[in-house]
Amino acid sequence: MTERRHLQTDVLVIGSGGAGMSAAIAAADGGARVLLADRSLIGRAGATVMAMMTVAVAVGEETPDDWRFHYRDTLTAGRGLCDPRLARLLCEEGPDCIRQLDAWGVGWARKDGRIAQAHAPGHDRPRCVYVDFLNTGPAVSKTLRTALHKRERVRRIGDLMILDLVRAGSAPDAPVTGAVALDVTTGAAVTIAAKVSIIATGGLTRLYARNSASGNMGGDGYAIALRAGAKLIDMEFVQFFPIGHLAPRMIGMDPIMWDPFRYKLGGRLLNGNMEEFTGRYGTKEDGKYVITRDTATYAILQEVAAGRGSPHGGAYLSFMHIPAEQLQAAFGPVIERLAANGIDLNRQPVEVAPIAHYHMGGIAVDEWMATGVPQLLAAGEAVGGANGANRLSGNAITEALVFGRRAGRTALQLLDCDAAFNAPDAAAGLAMLEAAGPSARDINPAALVFELQSLMWRDVGPFRTEAGLTDALERIGELEERMGDRPVGVPAAFDLARLDWLDLRNMLLVARAVAAAALARTESRGAHQRDDYAGLSQDWTRNQIVSLEHGKPVITQGPLIPAQEAAA
Amino acid sequence: MRQTARLTVERRDSSGGLKLESFDVPFEPGQSVLDGLRWIRVHADPTLAFRYSCLNANACKECMMEVDGEVAYACLSRLEPREMRLAPLHNKPLVRDLVTEIAPPTERLAGKRK
Repeated sequence: MTERRHLQTDVLVIGSGGAGMSAAIAAADGGARVLLADRSLIGRAGATVMAMMTVAVAVGEETPDDWRFHYRDTLTAGRGLCDPRLARLLCEEGPDCIRQLDAWGVGWARKDGRIAQAHAPGHDRPRCVYVDFLNTGPAVSKTLRTALHKRERVRRIGDLMILDLVRAGSAPDAPVTGAVALDVTTGAAVTIAAKVSIIATGGLTRLYARNSASGNMGGDGYAIALRAGAKLIDMEFVQFFPIGHLAPRMIGMDPIMWDPFRYKLGGRLLNGNMEEFTGRYGTKEDGKYVITRDTATYAILQEVAAGRGSPHGGAYLSFMHIPAEQLQAAFGPVIERLAANGIDLNRQPVEVAPIAHYHMGGIAVDEWMATGVPQLLAAGEAVGGANGANRLSGNAITEALVFGRRAGRTALQLLDCDAAFNAPDAAAGLAMLEAAGPSARDINPAALVFELQSLMWRDVGPFRTEAGLTDALERIGELEERMGDRPVGVPAAFDLARLDWLDLRNMLLVARAVAAAALARTESRGAHQRDDYAGLSQDWTRNQIVSLEHGKPVITQGPLIPAQEAAA
Repeated sequence: MRQTARLTVERRDSSGGLKLESFDVPFEPGQSVLDGLRWIRVHADPTLAFRYSCLNANACKECMMEVDGEVAYACLSRLEPREMRLAPLHNKPLVRDLVTEIAPPTERLAGKRK
């Protein structure tokens, strides 16, 4: 077997999306040595690079604006559950991060020299910056990667999957001293000594059969955090993006691509009978795109349930009423990419349907990104609380940049720490990585992942009932039994079956947390919709907290949150 | 009758010898080669190794391989109802099956430090 390696750093950043790269840059600029680890390639995977859309930020270039207005809209979208400290941080420091990227040459779209800002649903004014065409995420990622390359204190290592954090002993307040990791390219175990660790692994969309984010966002950061003693918050709130592409099938396009064109052109959402329908659910569109994500998801799925869906089980999105020249101007080169897929928007609508997109819940932190476990921070989508029960369009990249930078800066305050990495504390993780297990032919972890995705989509998706959630928890338990307690095969180079087994271990724990929290919340609010408990209940204006006890997630309810009104 | 696509993959055994393995994948118009490979992992062989993150969005650029002898992204290559030959990039060090070492040396654990 390949030799076990040991690495040392001041700050370990887990995940190289927008939050991880921002954290690494901030920590390095403060003088720390940083190890930026990603289970895939650096700056390529994760959700940031896939964000085709827009970034919400009160820079006031299109129209006068102030972070307090953005804050008010964020709280309203969050349906009473936002952590005001985190929402405020996002809105207040967003402009600075966006201007920093501008200075680094990200190329925000401009009109007459000013940064252009689109008016996305839920915002009181045009606030969302973007890079044309559908290039926001790739441009942000590339700009951050370039900034990273200039910082010699950052060591970047791809194909390095963090299995678990290591703590100094087992006391409740034991600090995190590093991590145990898998070198994916060889299959060998790696130990990492770090004074501070930052989880920036993004969300959990891979838990769902229909999802819009990268294939490696299986909630591993949530599982790692839980096992290290941290708490999770708001895990029942999974955002479903209402108009994910459904049909005709196409390649080379992100399924969430339609949103910016809806902003620009006001594409019409129609049911299977080619009628507008959102008015039935409280938001009439009249050619403007104003419906929020939770309402649109609800409306589309209700139409499908009533037998008025499109042929593939969604809704139609039509741009046929827009003149061809206007389509060409708004879509630019995307028109040709659509044509290559046989789609002519002048002549046909496309079909869209909700798709798992983002997770409002996540690791509980304070405004310094501290988890409560000594020397452990978190940032980006991995963090819960900023967006409450429903995230406002455009807040995800802002959150990644702002929270990443904040975590990197906080890490600098924590470098003076006595706790040291001790090999015995890593023993359990190393034993798992080096164990020999049953053959992947006997337990196919890829098939088990697929089963989990299907059951999560059906019973822990956009609509939930007590019966469905109870059944989901039972079947999650069956999958836990079937996967056993040792990874399949033996350590080997790029063993995807073994990697899937390790992922499934995390995914099942996180799935259990989501389903249990959803079962406990007996109301409908934002992204959490219960068929058996329609409508919002004032008594449920509270967060739910998940902690790990004897290996199982336990849900507790927080105090009633007073009405949230931002002074604007 | 349902059409199938046959994906024939160049793999290496433990001593480095070439072995071609073919997998029959149910064909649906509009699928990518990456969709076919992901189907194989769930339904036929979970050990088949290839890189991907972004699921057909043309964003992560990780699924580069040789499709019918040409360098291509699996997510941008249309699956076709015929035999298609898949091989790892020949000008990059082989890791396993269709996976090659495509990260810059400064971003690998075993790679050289700057």
